[in-house]
Amino acid sequence: MAITVNRKPLTFWEKLYLPAIVGGLKVTLKHAYGTLFQGKVVTMEYPEQKWSMPENYRGAPYLVKDQDGDTKCVSCQLCEFVCPPKAIRITPPGDSARLADRANAEKMPLEFEINMLRCIYCGFCQEVCPEEAIFLQKDYSLTGTTRAEMIFNKEKLLALGGVSPGIQKWKDKLAEAKAQENFPVKL
Amino acid sequence: MDWNFIIFSLVKIAIVVGVVQGIVAYSVLAERKISAWIQDRVGPNRTAPPFMKFVPVLGPFLTRLGIFQPLADGLKFLVKEDFTPAGVKKIYFWLAPAVSVIPAMLTVAVIPFGSNLGAQKMVIADLNVGILYTFGIVSMGVYGIVLAGYAANSKYPFFGGIRSSAQMISYEISMGMSVIPVLLIVGNLNLGQIIGWQSGHGWLVAYAPLSFIIFMVASFAETNRTPFDLPEAETELVGGYHTEYSSMKFALFFLAEYSNMVASSAMMVTLFFGGWTLPFWGLDQPAQSLAMGVLQIFVFLAKMLFFMVVFIWVRWMFPRFRYDQLMDLGWRTFLPLALVNILITAVWLWLRS
Amino acid sequence: MEQINNLVNGGAVEDVLFYVFAALTLLCAILVVANPFSRSPVTSAMFLVLTIISMSGLFLLLHAFFLAAVQILVYAGAVMVLFLFVIMLLDLKEEARRKIKFFGLAAGLVSVGIVFSIFVKSLASLQPEAAGPALEGETYALGKLLFTQYTLPFEIVSVLLLVAMIGVILLSKRKLE
Repeated sequence: MAITVNRKPLTFWEKLYLPAIVGGLKVTLKHAYGTLFQGKVVTMEYPEQKWSMPENYRGAPYLVKDQDGDTKCVSCQLCEFVCPPKAIRITPPGDSARLADRANAEKMPLEFEINMLRCIYCGFCQEVCPEEAIFLQKDYSLTGTTRAEMIFNKEKLLALGGVSPGIQKWKDKLAEAKAQENFPVKL
Repeated sequence: MDWNFIIFSLVKIAIVVGVVQGIVAYSVLAERKISAWIQDRVGPNRTAPPFMKFVPVLGPFLTRLGIFQPLADGLKFLVKEDFTPAGVKKIYFWLAPAVSVIPAMLTVAVIPFGSNLGAQKMVIADLNVGILYTFGIVSMGVYGIVLAGYAANSKYPFFGGIRSSAQMISYEISMGMSVIPVLLIVGNLNLGQIIGWQSGHGWLVAYAPLSFIIFMVASFAETNRTPFDLPEAETELVGGYHTEYSSMKFALFFLAEYSNMVASSAMMVTLFFGGWTLPFWGLDQPAQSLAMGVLQIFVFLAKMLFFMVVFIWVRWMFPRFRYDQLMDLGWRTFLPLALVNILITAVWLWLRS
Repeated sequence: MEQINNLVNGGAVEDVLFYVFAALTLLCAILVVANPFSRSPVTSAMFLVLTIISMSGLFLLLHAFFLAAVQILVYAGAVMVLFLFVIMLLDLKEEARRKIKFFGLAAGLVSVGIVFSIFVKSLASLQPEAAGPALEGETYALGKLLFTQYTLPFEIVSVLLLVAMIGVILLSKRKLE
């Protein structure tokens, strides 16, 4: 069923559009005056003024080191398999001698590449990593001049990632294992 | 055959075309800046040639004002790829921008932009039928749009072209009729004589205010500016009649639109606001000295730029008219109003004599 | 320079311009109907516009400035635009070339010959007159004549246009079911 909308008939002045015109003039002048003389602009002038990011902002993913300077990544390849656009490519060490460069880890990746052009900044890799080795940090403006330049390899990722102490899982586990060797058994 | 006349005319033509194109280029910038200020934004403020950083005070100031933006725009139009879509009718596709630009530039030929500089009259062609010439040339400008819409072999430009040209010819009638009371009062079609009459009797806007209002609204419709810009609104018709054009041809359409605005502003200033005269400081007599002549040219330019700012300002004040409302307004409101205006002016003149 | 000045002061520029405009008018008029390149109606309409503009140039050479301006304003600017609308909206296909029939060709040539000989005879019997007076208050004179001596034809033409408009509106109105 039809609902009729009652439109009030326009008065004579309203029909001439004059009050509407004058109202429009007032609004535009007010805004122009505010912008020109009172500096009320909503523009953020980008390179000079940057915006503040919220805590959980997902920027570019980088590998982190722990506070002893070791790579936390153990080449489990979970992030490679979970990455939706398949941006991560890990070369596991296989049988090569260079298995790990620190005491507690079994292996580390031979080569770790993230193609920044494919990354969609979803954060799955950070969620799935059991070692807390990859974090999405606050870098949002990545530029490059060739496609090859935008495939970041392990060195670059580690360099950009910085240090994130976090949980030193294997240190604690090593201490526990050593403690278990000397665990007194009650006979 | 006066070689003097020919040479001076060529010089005047070169200067006027150069100045008008300069005003057009900078009015694109003015539009962006003024619309930004009205919308609480800043507008273009970054383009600068590389050495501008080193110019002490003026460099950063001019950059923030965006003065160099039109240079970047011009360069962009020159180097952008200029393609012809498949299936268009090539001759009309290439002809339409030219047919749009030429009448826009021809209209400024009759407008007196000063009184005289020394012995030279500051008007390119002092025609006895100045106003009629202007309206004739304006009505030739419709062809550019008609051809542009027809040539692009696609629905939306075609609709945009047809709508736009129908709108333009409807408002041409009201525009012509609204000027008739001005001619009745002054008694002469020559634009220089109209200005002369105004310097003696006061500005014509006081004698024919309704005329001025109709003329102003009709020139908004003629130049396809908001609130009458339905034929080229992006939400309605993609780009209207200039959808399929790129680079230089699009630049020519743009140029034509802004040159039409300049010409309409100049006509409004000449017909209703006294042209190059001001009622004080002896500026309402033809100039005796070079300095006065130059000052009168600046007076004219200032008034014309004021009207250009009004054009830009109105764009952001009002919502767009729907097409049927627009045609309704043109034929059923402004045409009778213009006719009644003629009648009232004629009766008033008859009672006064 | 001296010779050019003498030539020009003798009215040679006006003669040259007359020939140019007249040739342009005739050429465009022929191209409206007999265009060998493209048979689309839009091309014919555009050539008609060019014809009208050249005719207005001829008016200018006769010092009839008002008529020239009004010719462009009304004829080329409004009437032809509306013609173009109709042609474009109807989307007429290009006409196929018809085979030339011999009888049609003969009849056409005979009629053109007759008309041409009538022209030549009537032009030969005309006295060449001096150049017309430069009409200064030409608009005023035209208006005065139109509204005093020739009011009746003027009003009849307006009524004729009104009748045509009403006829068109009536013919194109949809029947109310």
